[in-house]
Formats: sequence, structure tokens, C-alpha cells
Amino acid sequence: MSNKSKKFLVPGITAVVMVFIVILAKLDILNNYYQTILMTICINVIMSASLNIVNGYMGEFSCGHGGFMAVGAYVSSLLSLIFFCPGNSITGHALLPPGSAVFLFPVVILLGGLASMVVSLLVAIPSFKTRDDYLAIVTIATNFIITTSLNNIPVVGESRGLMGMKSTLSQMNNVVDLPWSLIWGMIFAALTVYAIHRIMTSTLGQGISAIRYDEISAEIMSVNTNKMKLIAFTFSSGLAGIAGGLFAHMLGFINPASFGIMKSTESLVMVYLGGMGSLSGSVLSAFIFTILLELLRPAQIFKWVIIPLMLILIMQFRPEGIMGTRELPQVFPKLKKLFPVNLNIVRRTESSDTGGAL
Amino acid sequence: MSDTAVLEINHLTHRFGGLEALTDINVNLRKGEIAGLIGPNGAGKTTVFNLVSGFYVPTEGDILFKGKRINGLKPHVIASMQIGRTFQNIRLWSDMTVLENICISQQYRLSYNVADAFFGTKRFKSEEKKIHEEAWTLLEKFNLADKALDYPRNLPYGVQRRVEIARALSLNPDLLMLDEPAAGLSTSDLADLISYIRWIHDTFGVTIWMIEHQMQVIMTLCDYIQVINFGKEIARGTPEEIQTDQNVIKAYLGNGEID
Repeated sequence: MSNKSKKFLVPGITAVVMVFIVILAKLDILNNYYQTILMTICINVIMSASLNIVNGYMGEFSCGHGGFMAVGAYVSSLLSLIFFCPGNSITGHALLPPGSAVFLFPVVILLGGLASMVVSLLVAIPSFKTRDDYLAIVTIATNFIITTSLNNIPVVGESRGLMGMKSTLSQMNNVVDLPWSLIWGMIFAALTVYAIHRIMTSTLGQGISAIRYDEISAEIMSVNTNKMKLIAFTFSSGLAGIAGGLFAHMLGFINPASFGIMKSTESLVMVYLGGMGSLSGSVLSAFIFTILLELLRPAQIFKWVIIPLMLILIMQFRPEGIMGTRELPQVFPKLKKLFPVNLNIVRRTESSDTGGAL
Repeated sequence: MSDTAVLEINHLTHRFGGLEALTDINVNLRKGEIAGLIGPNGAGKTTVFNLVSGFYVPTEGDILFKGKRINGLKPHVIASMQIGRTFQNIRLWSDMTVLENICISQQYRLSYNVADAFFGTKRFKSEEKKIHEEAWTLLEKFNLADKALDYPRNLPYGVQRRVEIARALSLNPDLLMLDEPAAGLSTSDLADLISYIRWIHDTFGVTIWMIEHQMQVIMTLCDYIQVINFGKEIARGTPEEIQTDQNVIKAYLGNGEID
């Protein structure tokens, strides 16, 4: 298989798997319960992979990921209610024909992500003047500010929360009957992983990793570290906002308590379980973490003894997480065959030889 | 042209809180020369380098690079004006490949943005290609091409030094500042280092300014030497003049035995 066609191999396989899952869901072989678990996995993939940009690749410590998720969840829920839900509590009628949700749903989710980016910008600019631990403190504080504000804004239902987003999805089902929230969950999760992969392997994005290894030499070697931090932080928060929007529409109900420090901690656990700076580690740990939580459901409250205990054991015996900083193809070299070769890292004398063949 | 000043430092004074680290330092580096900055431990040599690199803003005085005032600018801006430097203790990104180390150091030339990287636009592809090609050329020149995909932490100390100097040169600098390039090298490696620095100077036509404790290196290479002690300049001149300077011998060379 030529290098060029390999470019479509992994995305192709992913697309086929996704279509297959949708068909299974449509035929009710995957019932609602499994669909919800799959959705949760998708959301957790976005949460852990995006937090990994700041905590893994960049080596800073952000603890307020749940707050940015909340911004995305609330903004996209409000938009969705106002535009697509007849009889909503805010405008009383839908501003757009409800059927248009089929096309505009991803736009609403993306706008939620955009809102998170704007909020994170407000946090990032002052906090990067200082260093290290300050970001941790600033982000925890931000998380509290966001949830407390949401608790006190009447239009978003204060602590009772916001509901009715399911109606957007049923409007979409009226037009075409498909498991829409699952479809968009999978698409956004796949796009997140693709985007992070693309950006973090580019020379520009590697400036972010350079900060983790040695910030001073990054600055000395012409990397604009403040700009890199801003990119990393807003990008990460924007993705959390997208995850929040999907979360809100999956449950059809959100309240500020869902996005507290507990949510942020869950994301942190996934990042450290998977390995800091490993994208495949984040994806893997999102799967493991979600499934584990489900399996431990019968254990009820003991779940929160068992999971932290596991975390302690991991930190004891494998502090770098499942993957460390490595990616799957580095662990299983055979997987390398699935991905195109980056000709830029092939020695020129060799690449000019193969250049003609491609 | 040989008389053009690449770097000019005028009346530089720097205080850390109440401590006066440097007092009235004046430097004039001409294009193409190899200059040395020496002095006993704690004399303030690295502080001078850090001030030029932009880590600190000088309390008083001016730093002019190619005629432009650079004090107060951010380090990455100064780097992109083409000042390269190395560190006393090697500061490579040890968990990134040698090639990545070289490429990231060319960030100042990137004009594509995050969206270009995501969509893989033409601009993204051509810039990535250009940067990598030049990195390979540089590594070939340094005879490091076969190490390009290795991680610096797995390389011998001497090779890491070479990689660090190559990385500094990937900025395409007009001025290369070497902070103790001989640190950690055995005496038998010194002759290699000397010819290596000479080779860099001739091949890249770069002005070199270095801090070094190894007198053999300094005396062989430098056209011009400045000596500082306790943050003050105590002597300047050619290697011969420095070797016989009474102040220097007293402050730095101890018993008057040189080399």
C-alpha cells in the first residue's frame, strides 16, 4: 500500500467502525444502556485527551477542566433550547424551525466549545504571568467561580439546573430517526483525537512539548512560550466545552453540581492513568475508566474506595501511567504499518530515492 | 565591514535586589571575531549572557545587537533576531529526537497557525518540509545525521554538546554565545573542541562569544578576551596581554602560572 493511500487507512477503519456501531444501535442490538456507555466513553475521550494537552504535553497543572466543561454545556444547552425547543422556559417558542437542529446541532456544540475558549482566555492571560502551581490554584478557583455563578443565575435554573435538551434530539429524530447523540459523540471524539494528533505532532505544536521538557531552553530557542501556553490552554478548554455540550444533550439535564471539582478530578485521573503526553494513553484510559465505573456500579459506594485505591497502586507501581509518554505504535511496532510515513523525518538521501516511487 | 559591532554593551549594571551582580560592563564584539569572557566562579559571566539573552532586564545600561537596542525584549524575540546560545549544563529537550530539537528551534520562522496544522494546508506542508530539509542539512554538516532520530539522553556527553551547538546554529545566528563548551569534557577532548569551534566559526561565519574556564581553549581560540571579577571588568586585551596582566594573575590565575 502506498504512503499516500495509507493516509486514509486509519480514518477509514474508524469510519467503518462508527457506521457499524450506528447500524447496531439502529437495529436495537445495542440497547439504550450500551449506547449511553458508548456516549460516556466518547465524552471521556474528549475530556482526557484535551486535559492531556495542558497537563501532559505542556507539563502544567490544570485542575479546573470541569468548569470549562460546564461553560460549554450551559452555552450549548441554552442555544439549543432557544433555537430548537418549542415551549422552552426562556423564549417560550423556538426561534428556528425545530427540524433545522439536524444540521445545526454540531454548530451549537461548537459554539459551546467557543464559549469555553473565551472563558479560558480570560483565565489564561493573567495566570501565565505567574508559573507552575499558580495555574493549578487559578484553575481550581475558576472551577468554583463558574459553578457558583451558575448556581446563582436564574435563567439557567440556579441549582435546579437546566433541562429539556432531549427535545432537541427528538426534533432531530422527527426528521431522520437515528441515534444522533451517539453519532455526534463519536464524530466529535474522533475529530478531537485527530486534531490533537495533527497539532501536537506539528513543529508548532511541539513547541508545547518543549515547554514541558525545558521551558527556559524553549524560550531561548525562539519558542514564544506565552503564545504556546495560550494555544494549549484555550484549545484544551474549547474541547472540554464540546464535551460539555455533548454531555448535556446526552443526559438532557444538567446542574452546576455535575461540573464540580469531582468532574475535574475524574479527568485528572484519566490523564494520569493513561500516561502524560500520550494521546493513545488518554483514549485508552477513557475506555478503561468508563467501563470500570460501570462494572463497579454494583459495589455502590465502595466504588469510590476501589478506584482511588487502584490509583494509588498505579502511582506506586507504574507512576508514568499505562502508556508513559509513548503512543501505541511505539509499543506495538506492527501498528506502524497502518500509518503513513512522515517523509520529513526520513533522511534526505533515502527520501529522494523513494520520492519518485510515490 | 570587519569593524562593524555585532554586539555592543554600554555601561551595563545589574542588581539582584540589593546585590550588585554587575557594575559598568562594556563590551564591543566585532563581526567575525571570537571573543572570550573569563573570570573566577561567581564573577557574573553567565549573568552577562543571561542579560543578553533577555532573561533579565538590566538595571542600567544598554545592550545593542546589530545596532538595535534589545534590553527588555523577551528571550524568544531576541533569539529570533538571531542570537544563539548554549548552556553550561546541557539543556536539550532530552525526550525529543535530535531532529525535533533542531526543528523546534526554528519556530521563529513559522508563519502557519493551528488551523493550518489541523487541515494540513499547503502553507503547513511547505513550511514543515523546508524546516526539516534545513535541519537535515545542518545535521549532515555536523555529521549527526545518523543520530537524528535518537534521543539526546541516550547519546554520549560529547555528542550532546555537539547537538546543543548545532541546535543553537539552527537559529541561523549572527552571534553564538557558548557558555563553557568544555565543561565536562576530558582534557583529551579539548583539542577536538578547539578545532570544532574553529570549524564552526569558519563554516558559518558566525561571531562567537564564549565563557570558558579551560585556559587552553580560551587562549588558543580567542582574538580578544575580557576578564571580570566580582562583577567588574579587570582587564581586556589579546590572549598575550591577558596572560601577562598582573590583575588577572592575581584574581584569577593564582600563582602566575599559565597553562
